[in-house]
Amino acid sequence: MKESRRSLTAGTMILIALASIGFFVAVYRFIYGLGAITNLSDGRPWGFWISFDLYCGVALASGGFTMAAIFYIFCRRKYHDLVRPAIMTAFLGYILVVFALLIDLGQPWRIWHAIIFWNINSPLFEVAWCVMLYSSVLALEFSPAVFERLQWKVPLRLIRRIQIPLVIGGIVLSTGHQSSLGTMLTLMHDKVHPLWFSPMLPVHFFISALSVGLAMVIFEASLSAKAFNHDVDVNVLGGLGRMVPWVLGPYLIARVIDVIFRGNFGLAFTAFPQNLLWWLEILGGVVLPIVLFSMPGVRKSKSKLFWSALIVVLGLMLNRFNVSLFILEGRPGYSYWPHWMEIAISAGLFSAALLTMQLANRYLPVYHLGPTDDAA
Amino acid sequence: MSKGVLFDATKCIGCRACQVACKSWNENRSEDTANRGTAENPPHLSADTWTKMRFTEIEGKDGFQWVFTKLQCMHCEHPACATACIVGAFEKTKEGAVVYDAKKCIGCRYCMVACPFGVPAFEWDRPIPYIRKCTFCFDRLKGGMAPSCATACPSGALSFGDRAELLAEAKRRIETAPARYVPHVYGEKEAGGTCWLYISSVPFESVGFPKLGPERMSVFSDPLMHAVPPVAVVVAGLMTGIYWFSKRREKIAAHEDISEEKE
Ligand code: SF4
Ligand code: SF4
Ligand code: SF4
Repeated sequence: MKESRRSLTAGTMILIALASIGFFVAVYRFIYGLGAITNLSDGRPWGFWISFDLYCGVALASGGFTMAAIFYIFCRRKYHDLVRPAIMTAFLGYILVVFALLIDLGQPWRIWHAIIFWNINSPLFEVAWCVMLYSSVLALEFSPAVFERLQWKVPLRLIRRIQIPLVIGGIVLSTGHQSSLGTMLTLMHDKVHPLWFSPMLPVHFFISALSVGLAMVIFEASLSAKAFNHDVDVNVLGGLGRMVPWVLGPYLIARVIDVIFRGNFGLAFTAFPQNLLWWLEILGGVVLPIVLFSMPGVRKSKSKLFWSALIVVLGLMLNRFNVSLFILEGRPGYSYWPHWMEIAISAGLFSAALLTMQLANRYLPVYHLGPTDDAA
Repeated sequence: MSKGVLFDATKCIGCRACQVACKSWNENRSEDTANRGTAENPPHLSADTWTKMRFTEIEGKDGFQWVFTKLQCMHCEHPACATACIVGAFEKTKEGAVVYDAKKCIGCRYCMVACPFGVPAFEWDRPIPYIRKCTFCFDRLKGGMAPSCATACPSGALSFGDRAELLAEAKRRIETAPARYVPHVYGEKEAGGTCWLYISSVPFESVGFPKLGPERMSVFSDPLMHAVPPVAVVVAGLMTGIYWFSKRREKIAAHEDISEEKE
């Protein structure tokens, strides 16, 4: 208790300040329009928010379905303690994505239009539906923490009964929108740089989301162990780490074979400056973590696991920023650099999410996934 | 019958009557302009400027020359904006025009990113913003009238008619005067074809037209979207199977240990 009160003074105050700034910027945006707080233009209609909050946010929140699959479907019981925190962060992550979109949309009060006006050919339509449904699934998956706290037995029993179908539904929805974010880019095959462009983009997106799901769970578990003073077993984190090369390996092969197969590998040496981003992404964000997580020494050290996981996370963020911003051609004659208020919005939302997480950790049994046996 | 407009750059004198006619018919605001060292203004298409003349200074066959090209929505045969739009706000009409339904739009701007010709514009300065672009003067088109810009053209550079006939006309002009034109009807095939067609004395890349293949923009996304339902079924089935299998293995293991860990 003393611990948590001390953390309230320093870190928490900064978070509250950032969240408040974000809030006021959001108010300003709704009065004066998007042009007043962003550097977005007709030539670059999607900017920092789409890259950071949507493209990175959704991928980084993939720990929820990855852990649910490992624990509930593959029945790897040793990961028991990591499931609920992963689902909670995923849930918060999706709420964050949705809030960011509410700021980014020109007319957010019409977001429900996606429910009544259908365009089944639009990849964004699929993303919207999956995000909407999956957020609900995550809420249900996390709800036992609340019910346990309130000691509501009946809803608890109900959720447990539908636990497995719920998890499977979540996996299907996640597969759907994680990959459709890649499909969205295939509509711009004239603008995505050929080192990245491929009709297989949705597959690349899905596999990389899995890898970063694992990495995020390692990353967060290490962080929250420090912040909230509880122990995580290095064997458990190491076990997740062992899976990373099995996911990133196929990803690496898929990416490289794709570029070679499409006859674009030469661009990796000639297409300056995009090729630098490509090599950084492939070598730094994929090859390096494969090597690191393959070393037994890394898997036995909490801090090495932490840093290696961070590399995967950063590599993925670079990838998502690349495809949605850096190497996605805008209209000629325009340039873009995010306005500070764009960043203030994202920082504010992120701080709000961290604050919520702090509260949840204090008041909800996040680290004690109750009896998990399912009646299915 | 799909309508179209043929723009013949060799006949255009750069008077911008079309640009003015578009503004006045559609009652669009004027823009503040600045001298950027060219007679071309404003610099880009925008929410208030649905068409504009591009002035290109170029070394042509006969030395230095001006080439004028008219920019506006191309009214694609397979519009990327329509595929992109999350709420299906764009419709390809039977007249050929690609029209936008402001009542549906949520302002996601995917259409703007997807359009290969850089056309849809957004009202960045308004608290309740919409997408705006050339409508092919759909209100006139429906009544059998030519678009405002085409009517205003004094030099015969813009001809309005059936797309198929205009395409034949474009090819006829190139054939009868091969020295005058490059042998390329821009819009015949680009991105699956467009209702607005262009012929010119210089290659279209040199006047900043995007180089596009003959496939429609949704050539990859359409099959991927169609694959979604079967993939969902396969993933659900696979997960159920794996669950059944690993649960069974777990039970056998528990049985062998005789260790009851249930509940
Ligand atoms: S030019 Fe762009 S806005 Fe016009 S129909 Fe084609 S894709 Fe849509
Ligand atoms: S901005 Fe409007 S018209 Fe454009 S894709 Fe989004 S909802 Fe559709
Ligand atoms: S067709 Fe109508 S809306 Fe389009 S550029 Fe011409 S005048 Fe403007």
